[in-house]
Amino acid sequence: MQLRPILSTLRHHKLTAMLLTLQVALTCAIVCNVAFMIANRIADVSMPTGIAESGLSTIQSIGTDTKQNAQALHETDLAALRAIPGVESAVAVSSALPLNRNDSFGPACPSQQVFDQAMRTSSLFKGGDCPLSSFYDGTPGLLRTLGLQLVAGRDFLPGEYTAKSNPSVAIISRELADRLYPEQDALGKVMILGGNALQVVGVVATLARPELHGMGDGYMSVITPQLPDSTSEIYVLRSAPGDRDRILKAAEAALFRVDPTRVIDPDQVQTYSQIRDAYFQRDTTMIGLLIASALGLLFVTALGIAGLANFWVQQRTRSIGIRRAIGATRGDILHYFQAENFLIVTAGVVLGVLLAIGLNLLLMTHYELRRLPLWYLPIGAAVLWALGQLSVLSPALRATQVPPVVATRSV
Amino acid sequence: MFGYYLDLALRSLRRTPILTGLMVLAIGLGIGASMTMLTVLHVMTDDPMPERSAQLYVPHLNPLPLKGNFFANGHDPSDHLTWPDAMALLKAHRARRQAAMAAGYLLVRPVAAGLRTFYVSGRYATADFFAMFGVPFERGSSWSAADDAASAHVVVLADSLARRLFGSADAIGKMVRLGENDFRVIGVTTDWQPSPLFYADSRAKRYSDRDLFFLPLSTAVDLNLNTDGSADSWGKTPNGDMRSATTAWLQFWVQLDTPMQAAAYKQFLVDYSAQQKSLGRFQRPATNAKLYSLMGWLAHENLVPGDVRLQMWLALGFLLVCIVNVVALLLAKFLRRSGEISVRRALGARRRDIFVQFGIESAVIGVAGGVLGVLIAELGLWSVRHRPDDYAHIAHMDASMLLVTLAFAVFASTMAGLLPAWRACRLAPVLQLKTL
Repeated sequence: MQLRPILSTLRHHKLTAMLLTLQVALTCAIVCNVAFMIANRIADVSMPTGIAESGLSTIQSIGTDTKQNAQALHETDLAALRAIPGVESAVAVSSALPLNRNDSFGPACPSQQVFDQAMRTSSLFKGGDCPLSSFYDGTPGLLRTLGLQLVAGRDFLPGEYTAKSNPSVAIISRELADRLYPEQDALGKVMILGGNALQVVGVVATLARPELHGMGDGYMSVITPQLPDSTSEIYVLRSAPGDRDRILKAAEAALFRVDPTRVIDPDQVQTYSQIRDAYFQRDTTMIGLLIASALGLLFVTALGIAGLANFWVQQRTRSIGIRRAIGATRGDILHYFQAENFLIVTAGVVLGVLLAIGLNLLLMTHYELRRLPLWYLPIGAAVLWALGQLSVLSPALRATQVPPVVATRSV
Repeated sequence: MFGYYLDLALRSLRRTPILTGLMVLAIGLGIGASMTMLTVLHVMTDDPMPERSAQLYVPHLNPLPLKGNFFANGHDPSDHLTWPDAMALLKAHRARRQAAMAAGYLLVRPVAAGLRTFYVSGRYATADFFAMFGVPFERGSSWSAADDAASAHVVVLADSLARRLFGSADAIGKMVRLGENDFRVIGVTTDWQPSPLFYADSRAKRYSDRDLFFLPLSTAVDLNLNTDGSADSWGKTPNGDMRSATTAWLQFWVQLDTPMQAAAYKQFLVDYSAQQKSLGRFQRPATNAKLYSLMGWLAHENLVPGDVRLQMWLALGFLLVCIVNVVALLLAKFLRRSGEISVRRALGARRRDIFVQFGIESAVIGVAGGVLGVLIAELGLWSVRHRPDDYAHIAHMDASMLLVTLAFAVFASTMAGLLPAWRACRLAPVLQLKTL
């Protein structure tokens, strides 16, 4: 296949060819970045929380009787909830659950010395040696109900739970353990959390925070044996996944039987899947939009390539006829248009790769996007090459049908 | 000539229906996507009070110490005022009207049988709030400055809450139990909901929240009622002391009728900061004091989420590709008609005539693309309205945006036609005629 005749033809349609190149370049640049954003958001949305999500339901209750004893109320409520057929276990937490946005957090320091040092330099809330960590509390049985996996140490002992005073032990997530005590055994260490000393007695595999606060800090979590001490609490129920809707209805009724003056917001009676979906709702919307716009771009570009190729075929009917008359085979004509398209798309892809990197840098400064991995670029290029060849195929096949006899006719 | 060119354009477009369809589709998709996002952005940054916004201002003081990390919660604590500063500005009375306010969240205990207790959101405010924002009353009236001073147990209800509590009976003079206290209803407002709820703090869902009750700020502080906004403390602050000089939690608005009054008020804020600095309470330069206009404040608060802006840029990028596409197609189409152009030129048409002829042809594509774009934008906005975001329900196209969409589409496609039309009118007729 000789490139020279193609190049000289393109020189006659310099402007049109350049515009098509530009379009391919812009599409390549945008689609590469959009694909990267889609991959990032999908990774965010499918992040593990560390809890066994599928069987969990939650119900928030707010007490309005200020004279109630919180502990007694929780015991009565939990007894009523456990009596519902299908409920495997139930606990009360004061407000925090992974991804429910009720985040209370503070700096967790690996030791008293580090804490004192951070206090002196007033760098306590700036991360560093004392990462900001979220606090979880709850009634006994929390680990089992949430389905958390202990990888070291033990669960809390009954005597360790306190309501009014500060607890003295904690279970932490493995991510926090690795951050506080790298290359060491976290068990038995005493960490300082909000000024209180807590001995680490257990480590769970993974536990996401109520709010993720950007990359890498989403798993810094501490569980303490603190009993919820207010009449406003969230009850967490474990059951078979299919039972959850029925159990939530029964639970709401059961809680109102115990205390009819409490407030239960219907929006806060939900399965854990609903909590998770609500947390990632914007990302899910965005994924849909990004996919739609990437497909839209590729579609429009394919239309542009096909439309233009169609035009060129019509325009060159006579020269195709002449070429056929002097011996070019149908395959030659087909390859001619394919090669022409390949040249234009290649030029577009080269420019597009540069634009993609530039666009990525721009997005990095404005939208906290990470650096585009380079392997996206060859994939983007391959997609555009394939798209170009597909769109040019039908016009090129039409060109092969031009009979040599048109050469003898006047236009 | 316009009619003739229009006829020529329609004939030419009809000759190549597929190509014309492609171009109209490209313009329609690009315009539809862009206008969807521009409309969302337009309604999100719209003026909540067109008649009053020019007179409403937010004073901004900075009582923060020089050292410390104050942005842990993602916002600037000095965006709100402390109790002593708000009271000082109220007492100084340098603006025509001024009001301090904060979000409240209270338990309602209905007396009517069959109603469970529930929570409602509302506002604790000082008396000028109603006159300054022009809150429309259905019955009764607001409270007076004397009620503020006396921390009166009075409340103004929004119509929907009044109906929920008292049905169709007149609510004025009735008692309502909020939290642990009884309040006398003195007024009922219509269900008033500026969009965005510009005076609320950044914790609120400003496109969907609204206030269902209003009661005097002094009463709320006296009774230590629940607040529902951000309260940022620095220094040593006894927990929950809302009168503390180192807890910022109040929003403050003033009404200034002329730019001169605004300049004078700005000077007053600087003087006040200087005085506080000489007393040792403020540490930062007095010139840090600012006075935001309503729209300036909304811009400062940056209500539009990053995702929405990203979506807008994506849509505009998409439009750009669509337009490049149309330029290439038009160029090919126009140049293919070099024979026709040359004949017209040879018969006496000027370059300008050729240019106008092709310009009109591109504009026709633009009109068709614009109509398609409006339909696609309506579809896009319909899908935006089905998002669970708080701004979703306001995503409607208004008449001005409709016109902008059409104009934008015609403009975009005419611009797309400029280069091809220019190229077409530059063709040398002789060369083309020879080949015919």
